[in-house]
Amino acid sequence: MTRIDTVVIGAGHAGLAVSYCLSELDIEHVVLERGEVGNSWRHERWPSLTLLTPNWQSTLPGYSYGGSEPDGYMTMAEVIAFIDDYARVSRAPVRTHTRVIRVAPAGDGYQVNTGCGAWHCKTLVIASGACNLPAVPRIAADLPQHIQSVAPSNYRSPDQLPEGGVLVVGASATGLQLAAEIHQSGRPVTLAVGEHVRMPRLYRGRDIQWWLHAAGVLDEGLDDIDDIVRGRNLPSPQLVGSRERQILDLNTMTSLGIRLVGRFMSIANGTAFFSGSLRNVCALADLKMGRLLNTLDEWAASLPEDAGLAPPERFPRTAVDASPCLQLKLRDRDINTVLWATGYQPDYSWLDVPVLDRKGKLRHDGGVVKAPGLYTIGLPFLRRRKSSFIHGTEDDARYIARHLHQYLEKLSSESTTP
Amino acid sequence: MTEEITPLINGVNVAALLGAREALTEAPAAAQFKWRATCSWEDGTHSTSSVEGFYGLGEEQRHRKEFNFDSDHPEIFASADKGATPVEFVLVGLAGCLTAGIAAVAENRKIKLNSVKATLEADMDIQGILGIDADIRNGFDGIKVTYEIDADASKEDIEAVVAQSQKRSAVFDIVANPTNVKVEVK
Repeated sequence: MTRIDTVVIGAGHAGLAVSYCLSELDIEHVVLERGEVGNSWRHERWPSLTLLTPNWQSTLPGYSYGGSEPDGYMTMAEVIAFIDDYARVSRAPVRTHTRVIRVAPAGDGYQVNTGCGAWHCKTLVIASGACNLPAVPRIAADLPQHIQSVAPSNYRSPDQLPEGGVLVVGASATGLQLAAEIHQSGRPVTLAVGEHVRMPRLYRGRDIQWWLHAAGVLDEGLDDIDDIVRGRNLPSPQLVGSRERQILDLNTMTSLGIRLVGRFMSIANGTAFFSGSLRNVCALADLKMGRLLNTLDEWAASLPEDAGLAPPERFPRTAVDASPCLQLKLRDRDINTVLWATGYQPDYSWLDVPVLDRKGKLRHDGGVVKAPGLYTIGLPFLRRRKSSFIHGTEDDARYIARHLHQYLEKLSSESTTP
Repeated sequence: MTEEITPLINGVNVAALLGAREALTEAPAAAQFKWRATCSWEDGTHSTSSVEGFYGLGEEQRHRKEFNFDSDHPEIFASADKGATPVEFVLVGLAGCLTAGIAAVAENRKIKLNSVKATLEADMDIQGILGIDADIRNGFDGIKVTYEIDADASKEDIEAVVAQSQKRSAVFDIVANPTNVKVEVK
């Protein structure tokens, strides 16, 4: 067994950012990675995916985007190269192909068993990501045999899907992006829409991420919102990072010929049932976007006149059929594929420390897990709204590294006290 | 010691509701409720239903008194019309639920309601219940709820209150989404 002060689990952008900050504080550590650096981006996402944030926002501690298109959006290949370069430049002590099998309390810290050897550490940072497993609802088990059930983590392109209709479940960024791509391949798409977050890509001539950043929305912290559980569970906004910087919303879907239905509720006797709440979930999202734009306009009113912003604008309400379809007979073979764009969940099956809540989420206070010396990073709204994004990692990583450093010092002063 | 008391603007004790939300997050078992009704056939299509007891917060609960409801069908169905049609009770349930939600959400958002009026309309093709055409469903084709609300708030804020009420409404969910129904004979 190898003894070390700190083990970081996961060499994605968050694990590498923490590693950088630990190195700055001279904390001896190792980053254990089940596969390669940036493994989820590399192997569990589809090739047409691009970041929802513009390149100028791709910053990590001691590192930032250096290319010629600050307003562009990274492709998957570019994201992988970006994270790879970061690992190399920051000389992160990464052990690749070292899958963590079990973490359990041991002595004054934790024992970490991996596929190649065991470690003992005083402190542990869980940076294994928020999106390890597709969160597929239970009704998937009721699908008729002939229907192919696909999760985004094993989706690559429309060509892998059977011909014929596709039901895309979920209307956040993933659902809308894939619905458009699949529909354009000639497979008619029905899109099941639950609660969602609507946002324009560009507002008054600027990227919405610029607005959220500049107006301070992304800096909102744990004390700034009423309901942190809701903040952490917020679905990703309906955005796509494309060269055209086009708006991707439900009206776009309708104009492409995609059929909108309500939330996918159940399957009985081979019939899929959709909620009658489509109109209301669209109203909720339209109204919420209106409030966000009001906030941004109020903030912009304080800017100098020459800030170069286009005048305020408002977008058409989401158009919903008078009587949206409530049920589809899956047996009629109108639908041959169901794609579950219903989000992801973290995988803590290896974590043998009692720190999960009844929903299987880590109990933590801004990244400080409720067990001595245990930390996490890279989760939505860990400490701030921006924690969900690459550029939000730096503040979190610095905080976690500082807290961890103090913990180690306290531990060593206690052990040297006679 | 004095406790600060926020006056209620719409008469909904939101502080108590938020307190219950917090308490039940920690004790989900107490959040398990059972709602009950009984029904006796009187004559023809007339029956009377009652509600009084229900279960919640870990024990049997009671309304302050028993409430009774007559249901029947109108004379054009060759009935005695001694009460509302059962489908109208569904509209009454939906209206009561959404309107209560509007008052609670408005209270929480500190919006004073001066008046709230809802009109509900449900289309139904009775060829379904009469068994004339198997392709026509028995129930409503759809329900339209129209609110006229006078409140000290902008139109968008009022719309947001109504939308939030639908989002949290039990009867809206029951009506809009499939529910398993098991009917047995003892």
